[in-house]
Amino acid sequence: MARFIVRRSLSAIALLFAVSVVVFGIFEVIPSYNPARAIAGRNANPATVQEVSHKFGFDKPVYIQYANTMKLIFTGQVIDYQDDLNVVDQFAHKFPVTLSLVIPAALLWFGLAVVFGSISALRAGKFADRAVMVGAILGVSVPVFLLAALLLYVFAFKLSWFPNTGYSGLSNPTQWAYHLILPWIAIAALSIGFYSRVLRSSILDMSTQDFVRTARAKGLSGGQVFRRHILRNSMMPIITMFGLDFALLLGGAALVTETVFNLPGIGQYEAQAIGNLDVPPILVGAMFTAFFVVLFGAFSDILYALLDPRIRLTG
Amino acid sequence: MTDTTGVISAGAAEPAPVAEPRTVGVGPYQLAWRRLRRNKVAMAFGSLFLVLVAMCFLAPVYSKDIAKIGANTNNVTGTITVGGKQENVVSTDGVPIGPTFTRHYFFGADENGRDLAVRLLYGGRTSLIIGGIATLIIIVLGTLVGLLTGFFRGPVDATLRPLMELIWSFPVVILGVSLGTALALGGIGPIKGNSLLIPALIIGVVYIPYLGKPIRGEVLRLREQDFVEAARAQGMGPWRIMLTEILPNAASTIIVFVPMMLAYSILLESYLSFLGAGVQAPNASWGTLISDGLNYISTTPTFSLIPGAMLVLTVLAVNVVGDGVRDALDPRAQIRIKT
Amino acid sequence: MAERLLDVESLKVTFATEDGLVHAVDDVSFTLDRGEVLALVGESGSGKSVTVMTLMGLTRSPNARFEGSARLRGEELVTAPDEKLEKIRGREIAMIFQDPISSLSPVMRVGDQIVEQIRAHEKVSKAEAMDRAVNLMERVGIPRARDRARSYPHEFSGGMRQRVMIALALSLSPSVLIADEPTTALDVTIQAQILQEIKDLREQSDSGVIFVTHDLGVVADVADRVLVMYAGRVVEQGTLDEIFYDPQHPYTWGLLGSVTRMDRNPPHRLPAIPGLPPSLLNAPVGCHFRPRCPRAFDRCTEVPLLESRVEGTPEHVDRCWLEVSEKRRRREVEGRIGLAAGTVA
Repeated sequence: MARFIVRRSLSAIALLFAVSVVVFGIFEVIPSYNPARAIAGRNANPATVQEVSHKFGFDKPVYIQYANTMKLIFTGQVIDYQDDLNVVDQFAHKFPVTLSLVIPAALLWFGLAVVFGSISALRAGKFADRAVMVGAILGVSVPVFLLAALLLYVFAFKLSWFPNTGYSGLSNPTQWAYHLILPWIAIAALSIGFYSRVLRSSILDMSTQDFVRTARAKGLSGGQVFRRHILRNSMMPIITMFGLDFALLLGGAALVTETVFNLPGIGQYEAQAIGNLDVPPILVGAMFTAFFVVLFGAFSDILYALLDPRIRLTG
Repeated sequence: MTDTTGVISAGAAEPAPVAEPRTVGVGPYQLAWRRLRRNKVAMAFGSLFLVLVAMCFLAPVYSKDIAKIGANTNNVTGTITVGGKQENVVSTDGVPIGPTFTRHYFFGADENGRDLAVRLLYGGRTSLIIGGIATLIIIVLGTLVGLLTGFFRGPVDATLRPLMELIWSFPVVILGVSLGTALALGGIGPIKGNSLLIPALIIGVVYIPYLGKPIRGEVLRLREQDFVEAARAQGMGPWRIMLTEILPNAASTIIVFVPMMLAYSILLESYLSFLGAGVQAPNASWGTLISDGLNYISTTPTFSLIPGAMLVLTVLAVNVVGDGVRDALDPRAQIRIKT
Repeated sequence: MAERLLDVESLKVTFATEDGLVHAVDDVSFTLDRGEVLALVGESGSGKSVTVMTLMGLTRSPNARFEGSARLRGEELVTAPDEKLEKIRGREIAMIFQDPISSLSPVMRVGDQIVEQIRAHEKVSKAEAMDRAVNLMERVGIPRARDRARSYPHEFSGGMRQRVMIALALSLSPSVLIADEPTTALDVTIQAQILQEIKDLREQSDSGVIFVTHDLGVVADVADRVLVMYAGRVVEQGTLDEIFYDPQHPYTWGLLGSVTRMDRNPPHRLPAIPGLPPSLLNAPVGCHFRPRCPRAFDRCTEVPLLESRVEGTPEHVDRCWLEVSEKRRRREVEGRIGLAAGTVA
């Protein structure tokens, strides 16, 4: 276990390093990109731009700039170009909003996927099964922002069942949930179908395994056999997938969903930064997400090893 | 006259062969094709896809001959005759005309008086071209990387594999958007910033590991098999082995990935364009159309919903066909006996 | 007179498949009394596994059809509702499956799996059930049972795993024990140990045992009576002596002929039964064995009736039209019973 943690930590560091280099490098490539000008303001004269450039170290060689930026990030002092705010602070401030979006959505998605996947497998070939299959294919064919926009239009605008956009703090739980229901649905709706199908496949495979036959031979009821033997073993593939997808959710769907629903989370922050070519938030955001990818990857692997005693944790 | 090896020399008349029962084995791909043909749903959606593609690629024809208006032609002050009446394309208080379902402004106009149907078809063409090129990149490079990292150990694996892992772990949207934004401004090398190749390249590169990793797995498995040993013993060089022995066996995996990657690519393009990091003005794609249209969602939802519907329909068709291909190539036993 | 435990009469199991009907079990009848071991012999595909699994209702599925009857102490099993069968499984009839590594759940500790069986039928505490499980494991010869009960199946050797399966099957002292090729997946030395276990069990408990196997050596060691199946049908049935010393069916001769015997000189070649078992989708007309039988003649296109043809042994039945004298004359090859290769009539 210790070795596992060490190896994963090392690969996390390596990944973060690589990610930061890549993102930094990408923005160095743009010839017309001039952060000094962005900071100095549109109408600044060349002298001011030069001053700003010098102050921020933009006139130094690339690798020194990189080193400096990294130092700033890890000491929590990095400032964004656009609004002169501390990026790390901003992230800390906005992260809870993103969590409010992402965690319940993920629970919803996973929970419903287990339900639908089980129903789909138990009623294989019948209507309920086909309905889930259709849902699954639709889910992976619709971009999140389109679904989000559609939900907003129908349920918030036309029917006024839900508020238009915006976020409400946790202090008022009902309001908080009320504002987040549509975003939760938007995110969950996409993946439920897919996960249900994977689970369904798993369950059908498991049902023909020998040990399931033994379980039946013991005189256990159908329900007992299903819950204790089939379902438990079938969940492994979706658990591993879930870890990775959750992390990617932070870096992807969250971005887009927060933009459409105007939720002030890190996704919206990153999206705005990208629009403004504001490198520091993009950099921090990329590293942040990459970190979660490794973290959740490790969690999945650990969970998998816990569930299946045949698996030994390897680096 | 036959020579000593028994080969009948040219010119000898051959009697018509007697019909005999065909014992020719049907290859797995032929069997799969037959299975696919029997899958009516997949066939229907496949046809739908082809129809959509054809429509989009005929955009210039539609623009020139039917709607008689270009994709970017503003027409704020124009008027057209609808049902006998004369109507403003864009009304005096700025509200564009809705769908007319006639040759002109079939789906209505946007705030600049542009014909939405024309833009829809051109946009579709853009989205499909980008998706297609990206898929091509993914298939070619993904297979190559998978083959190389799976077959060769040592330095090749050591350099390519971490690179693949890095791209894989990078959140797709952030990577794509960063690259998209950066390259949209400056272009890369000889390719200009607003070229369609930029999003295509970005999407292609981002998804290479999605094919590369499974192929690598396949190759790792295949290279341990006896027939590879035999080929090596015959003196075949590594490249030949990869091409003639391993690649054909990995082919079914690759085939399954083609529709999947096409669907992913088209979708990613829409995400990038939505965030402004994909297709740049004056080009339009379904993603940009949806994005622009969202500004007017409260007044004219059709601006974004119609391109949205086209996008979903297209990706759906690709996914259904993809499912059909997967089922055709990997049939489970039909008999399900519950023990 | 020992109690009659099982009474199977004209059992038929048919599966509907994409390619047609498969008559996996065709008119099988037998009985089982307390304390006796009935060996069910046949190749893969003979229907022996389907037969025994049907007794426990494990072959029920949307495309399976059942006819005939199987009564456990008078209670009908074939048409019994699932709830009733659930009470019988594990408790009245228990099964030792063939491949212990795949037949035991890989994610549950071994002790827990036995506990699960016990608690499925009896209201006892987990602790008590675990005590009983440990006891059982000791009884079947697993050392340090208390510790090993906390291990997982993959941490045991093949022989030990099979002992776990035996412990599992015995946990509720069932009247009928079915062993479905319990030694096939094990190597020979372990086989002997497991067989010894099963024989000991027969001494100790009072159960009737159905032993499914394709290995005649095992049959000779363990069985009281033998049922030979081929392509879904019973082709011969009798006591151990009757089958080994006076076999009436050519298939039985073939099986016997292909066993090496230590008390004879080895033949030049072990006579093997030529050909392959028939497809159950397109079974041969009449006697299923006809295409492979060197003694087949024109009457064989009519399904031979299962009846006793040897005088004085009404329980010794077979499905072969040949006269008994003819059978006795033709069944030897090089001085031992076997199936001669020859042209099919």
